[in-house]
Amino acid sequence: MTHFIDRRLNPKGRSTPNRRRFIGRIKAHVREAVDASVRKRGITDMEAGTDVSVPRDSLSEPSFRHAAKGGTREGVLPGNREYRAGDEIARPPAGGGGAGRKGAPDGEGEDDFVFALSRDEFLDIFFEDLELPDLVKRALAGSAVQRPRRAGLSVTGSPANLNVGRTMRRAMGRRIALRRPSDAVLEELRERLFALEAVFEPDAAQRAEIIRLQAEIEALTAHRKRVPYLDPLDLRYSHFEPQPEPRAQAVMFCLMDVSASMGAREKDLAKRFFVLLHLFLTRRYETVDLVFIRHTHLASEVDEETFFHSRESGGTMVSTALAEMNRVQSERYPASEWNIYAAQASDGDNYQGDSRDCQIWLESELLKICQHFAYVEIIGEAEARILRDAARGTELWMAYREVAERWPNFAMRRVAGAGDIYPVFRDLFAKRGEVAHG
Amino acid sequence: MAELLFDGPDWDFDTLRRTTEAIEQIAREDLGLDVYPNQIEIISTEQMLDAYSATGMPLMYRHWSFGKQFIHHERLYSKGAQGLAYEIVINSDPCICYCLEENTMPMQALVIAHAAFGHNHFFKSNHLFRQWTDARGILDYLDYARNFLSQCEERHGPARVEHTLDAAHALMNASVFRHRRPAQPSLRAEAERAERRIEEDERAAHYLWSRIEAEHRPQDHETGATQRRHALGLPEENLIYFLERHSPVLEPWQRQVLRIVRNLAQYFYPQRQTQVMNEGCACFVHFHILNKLHEQGRIGDGAMLEILHSHSSVLFQPGYDHPGYSGINPYALGFAMMRDVQRICETPEAEDREWFPAIAGCGDWRGVLKDAWANYRDESFIQQFLSPKVMRDLRLFALRDAEKEEAMKVTAIHDAGGYHALRDTLARSYDLSNRAPDIEVVDADLAGDRVLRLRHVLRNEVPLDPRERDATLACLRELWGYEVEIDEMVG
Repeated sequence: MTHFIDRRLNPKGRSTPNRRRFIGRIKAHVREAVDASVRKRGITDMEAGTDVSVPRDSLSEPSFRHAAKGGTREGVLPGNREYRAGDEIARPPAGGGGAGRKGAPDGEGEDDFVFALSRDEFLDIFFEDLELPDLVKRALAGSAVQRPRRAGLSVTGSPANLNVGRTMRRAMGRRIALRRPSDAVLEELRERLFALEAVFEPDAAQRAEIIRLQAEIEALTAHRKRVPYLDPLDLRYSHFEPQPEPRAQAVMFCLMDVSASMGAREKDLAKRFFVLLHLFLTRRYETVDLVFIRHTHLASEVDEETFFHSRESGGTMVSTALAEMNRVQSERYPASEWNIYAAQASDGDNYQGDSRDCQIWLESELLKICQHFAYVEIIGEAEARILRDAARGTELWMAYREVAERWPNFAMRRVAGAGDIYPVFRDLFAKRGEVAHG
Repeated sequence: MAELLFDGPDWDFDTLRRTTEAIEQIAREDLGLDVYPNQIEIISTEQMLDAYSATGMPLMYRHWSFGKQFIHHERLYSKGAQGLAYEIVINSDPCICYCLEENTMPMQALVIAHAAFGHNHFFKSNHLFRQWTDARGILDYLDYARNFLSQCEERHGPARVEHTLDAAHALMNASVFRHRRPAQPSLRAEAERAERRIEEDERAAHYLWSRIEAEHRPQDHETGATQRRHALGLPEENLIYFLERHSPVLEPWQRQVLRIVRNLAQYFYPQRQTQVMNEGCACFVHFHILNKLHEQGRIGDGAMLEILHSHSSVLFQPGYDHPGYSGINPYALGFAMMRDVQRICETPEAEDREWFPAIAGCGDWRGVLKDAWANYRDESFIQQFLSPKVMRDLRLFALRDAEKEEAMKVTAIHDAGGYHALRDTLARSYDLSNRAPDIEVVDADLAGDRVLRLRHVLRNEVPLDPRERDATLACLRELWGYEVEIDEMVG
């Protein structure tokens, strides 16, 4: 009558759809938290969840209920020790009656609802601003690519993986070992029997021979039945094991103008641009090295913290950064061993005449060894409306445009908001073949 | 001596089956319980958290608030601030009982006796559950509700469905029939009825009549406010029911969504009225059965100690000034009262004979308790069966906190002069109509300004929480489509 069911192996994640709805509901807060942690985190540890804190008010589920105070209430409490009927007790100062609730031990306020955003959810929200095509999102959010690789043979498998050669070889070996009579032997005996049977009035010897042959054929047939041509024991299947695709190493150069004209907004956009390329590279390459080169009128290699957060004063010479990149690359990252990617962000200002040098650096050195060189010019929202035409722009822009026409691995773009960043990588993502459109 | 049912903490399905059979034998033959067939499901902690978030139901439609619940419980659990329930039991036929895989074998025995027989019997026999819930159909209904809502999401967009559900959830507690259960025609029956009505109207239409002078027609503008209210079935205590029928702005699918929420509210209503009894019954049953098994030598001493340990920690009642105090523990009160009924039936004292002349010394505590489980709810059970001894044991006292008075006042304690007052006060505090605000729809002039008027009848001058009230009224406005007003009336 009682029925037991083991539910432990049921599919997990029953509450995932509810969770998704919940996150959708507090999108604004989640986005804030994601933005904050994009700003705070390094490019390399972008792939982790984050804690989101939501004011309880925005999650309230209202209903008609009694207020905590007012009116006359009467209740029964347990554990009386000294009271008698008629005793009066002063109200506790909190007014709520009884001991007030104490704060949570870890200091989280009761007013906030805190929860952890998982890695996937984090990336989802991060990608949302960037307006990536869905296929690209999937390619980036997915983990390492796995390919099935041959890994010997196995005795079980799907019929499609049946290894016919091996199976037949084993069957033959078994047939020989167990002396299974071949078709030819049996056929020969049958022919002899047939010939004898055709003899009109056979003599005694022939008759004995017929009986012997018949017995022999019978025995051999029985033997053949016991030792089948193909036995389930012989079956061999090709076995495949998923193995991560072997990936090479890549180095990514982040080049940024850090002169005073690059404010927090510009740097934030630049960071998203670098993060996107980094995410892409980590999917394709086993190790990705990052090199940060900042420049004013002088360029230097720095660590990430300095790169994004410290300010320099001085003029702007873009070519110095390219020279520095060339130096670092030739010292540490030989093109024969490394895949080289570069991402450059700037507001487009450059010292007069320097843009020509940039063009030379790019065309004579860097673009020959780079897989991809992406350049974004970060402009204000207001400028974006004026600078509609790609054919006009600063001297640097014009110089880079000439480069872009000649080199397919060079991409450039004006960026006013996070949504503009993706198209600069469009070719890069499309190259993988599985991404058909941008 | 009989053979042990199990030994050690590990369990497997054979042991579970054997133990359940032994428990069932005592439940049926000794206690004479009547239960739905059991379906015991072993689940993992994550699944238990899942079940928590959907109000314990195995199937539930999707809504963000369940996600919030899940995250809340998961966080508490992973911080170690909250343990998980050992079981969840569902009022359905067959009765589904979730047991946590991490329970040790003695705990599984406890949980099975508690939920699969104690709660199960209560669900099957208590009049409130029999009258108001449909144990056989609830799982199918939930399945239907879930599919219906996901279809709605596809057709009308998740945002609109969520909006409607949010508003409906706000009214959920004010949307139960407390006294009557109107006929629940199915949608199809209702559609057929509407169709028949149209046919009748068509048949009754006489074009000649409409040509006749207006004076000869019966006067129908005398339809006054009273008649209008009567036509709308006002006053109406069930807010969602009223909106579902009469809201001028809802689409048919929204009415159906409201209906689903309302039906669920009604399904849970008996549980809210029988917490003490339900838990008391389950604790009494597991205590009796497991002691019996121990007496028979089928549960070892060590296992029994573990069972008693969790039994007593569940039944712990901290005093009002204890830091862990959070109201009267329904497990403790229910169990204490039921054990006391047993004592009164078997070995009554003079006081008991005076208080409970009908049952004192009758010896048939099984019959008395089964009758109580079947025919009472918390409020009436306490009114009828709370004995002076239990009041003394729990050292109960009644406290009045009136806004007008300077200080709180102890109105009664566990002494001869206070027993009656104490019992009345405790019973009243379990009366849902006292605990939940009394709000009903009193008027709506559909032909006029279309303002929906509600009335809140104040009890003991306890007001509504103003912020919650305003937020809930906003939800109501959403569903009604026009202005909504609420008056307060001293009841």
